[in-house]
Amino acid sequence: MKLTKEEQEILNGSQGETKAKILRTLVEFGDVFGADKLVPVTHDGHLVTSFGISLIKPLFRIMDEIIDAGIKAEKPFTVDPRPIDYDNVKCTILDKLIFSKIMYGQQKRYEEQLRKIGLKTKDSFTCTCYMDEVGNIPKYGDVLTWAESSAVVYANSVIGARCNRNSGMIDLFGAIMGKVPYFGLLTDEGRQANWIIEVKTTKKPEAQILGSAIGLKVMEDVPYVKGLDKFLGTELNDDVKSYLKDFGAATASNGAVGLYHIENLTPEAVNYGEQLINKNAKVYVIDDEELERVYKSYPVLWKNKEAKPERAFIGCPHLSYNQLVNWANNIIAGLQETGRKKVALTTILTTSPQVRQKFEQTDLYKQLVKTGAKVSSICPLMYTNNPIAGKKPILTSSNKLRTYSKARYLKDEDILNVIVGKEVK
Amino acid sequence: MEKVFKGRVIGGGELTGTAIVSRQGVNTLATFQSSALKNAKQVLSSDQNNPDIYKQNLTGQILCLPKTIGSTTGGLVIQAICAMGINPSAMLFSEEIDSLAASGIILARNWENSSIIAIDKLGDEFLAYVQTGDKIEISADGTVKVIR
Repeated sequence: MKLTKEEQEILNGSQGETKAKILRTLVEFGDVFGADKLVPVTHDGHLVTSFGISLIKPLFRIMDEIIDAGIKAEKPFTVDPRPIDYDNVKCTILDKLIFSKIMYGQQKRYEEQLRKIGLKTKDSFTCTCYMDEVGNIPKYGDVLTWAESSAVVYANSVIGARCNRNSGMIDLFGAIMGKVPYFGLLTDEGRQANWIIEVKTTKKPEAQILGSAIGLKVMEDVPYVKGLDKFLGTELNDDVKSYLKDFGAATASNGAVGLYHIENLTPEAVNYGEQLINKNAKVYVIDDEELERVYKSYPVLWKNKEAKPERAFIGCPHLSYNQLVNWANNIIAGLQETGRKKVALTTILTTSPQVRQKFEQTDLYKQLVKTGAKVSSICPLMYTNNPIAGKKPILTSSNKLRTYSKARYLKDEDILNVIVGKEVK
Repeated sequence: MEKVFKGRVIGGGELTGTAIVSRQGVNTLATFQSSALKNAKQVLSSDQNNPDIYKQNLTGQILCLPKTIGSTTGGLVIQAICAMGINPSAMLFSEEIDSLAASGIILARNWENSSIIAIDKLGDEFLAYVQTGDKIEISADGTVKVIR
């Protein structure tokens, strides 16, 4: 990699050993992927590591080293959601003991470290930092140092920013240096599609299953999706952006997709059309039958597969404001239909702190609270990582949560039926 | 019987050891999480979705795999197990190394003084040939000898 004079001096220790190590890590990382230079990060950061989990002890030690060296991030950052919310996500005493003492015992220390290095605000904890209410919104063409996979794929695809699928720690180092190695999804070539996806379903596909099918097929490649604009239209309005958020999270977790193009809809597809497709791109046709095949392939990992579900998590990634309003309305209407006053199982709707605060000002929130449903800004993935919680029969409408936990996936309509106490096939 | 493969050196070194093989991508978080959380002396893979290595000891072994998959905390997890000294002694990738595993190897080298060996681009034939229990000889130039 060719470095500037200043970069070479930093590497040689002109700004201290810690900064030299940070830069050396970024340079060696770029070298593996053929990066020929570092390029400036042009927008605020977003870190995947929001949890003080004892599993990643080196992180806390390095954070201390960075703070002791007086280093602050060039770009302030938001981070993923907190792992604990005892107010809205009820836990047993044993759960609390495991969370607070064993799993997330470093949480307080870690949040203080984040604040000292460059956390934007005390409420900057969400996986959907790009929502209007949160405000960490890149522009088209911005170069980012993000790592949360669902946020990376959203920023690349829906906004047209440029970011690689970074690991935790690399995201922080990019924010500290204000530079990242130039390779992969930062380059024009890396953004070309090597798969054409032909959507030939008879109705609008469930975002989470369509994304899953594509992720499982293309893995880390870039897909160019045709036929979806028929159902979504050609305008990136709030509902469409919410759909693409969930679709993208499924492509990124069921596979390792960092960028997709939707014909006539996402910005680069609108600008460049089929010029984005590589010559030898493979084709994957998705019809109703294929979606059903993928849906039926998900294993049920509950110990007792017939167990009565105890808890439902909706919102991984965090719900947008529109989605939260829709879920609240649907739950209230569903309960009126079944004649119930309360939800049939513990129901937790997860969203960013900023969207939650906005929603809490509404009458709809008051009505929702009466049903027993909770609104939280927790990370459901971190909750289900608890070995005890992981053994409980948990439902989710998130394909990402299904992939990284033992939660059982149900389509939106089916999970709503369970929540309001209807019979489910 | 022996077969020789040549890959690209990401983390160099010479080593002789025993292969443990995953034919599918190794989910880093799911594989290492349980042992690391328990401060265990060795890693027993905790990924139920990967029967090739589930409950197998990975510490000190030569892990042969196509690439790593899963959460973008993956690099940090590799760094953490290297810091704890319970890492595989080498990771041999048949495909080009993914960004998460590469991050982990580089973080471990720069921040934990880890000498974990990593070689990528060994090819599909390597992964098709190597079997768990095979003896492996790794040379500093990325040559991998599989001895059965």
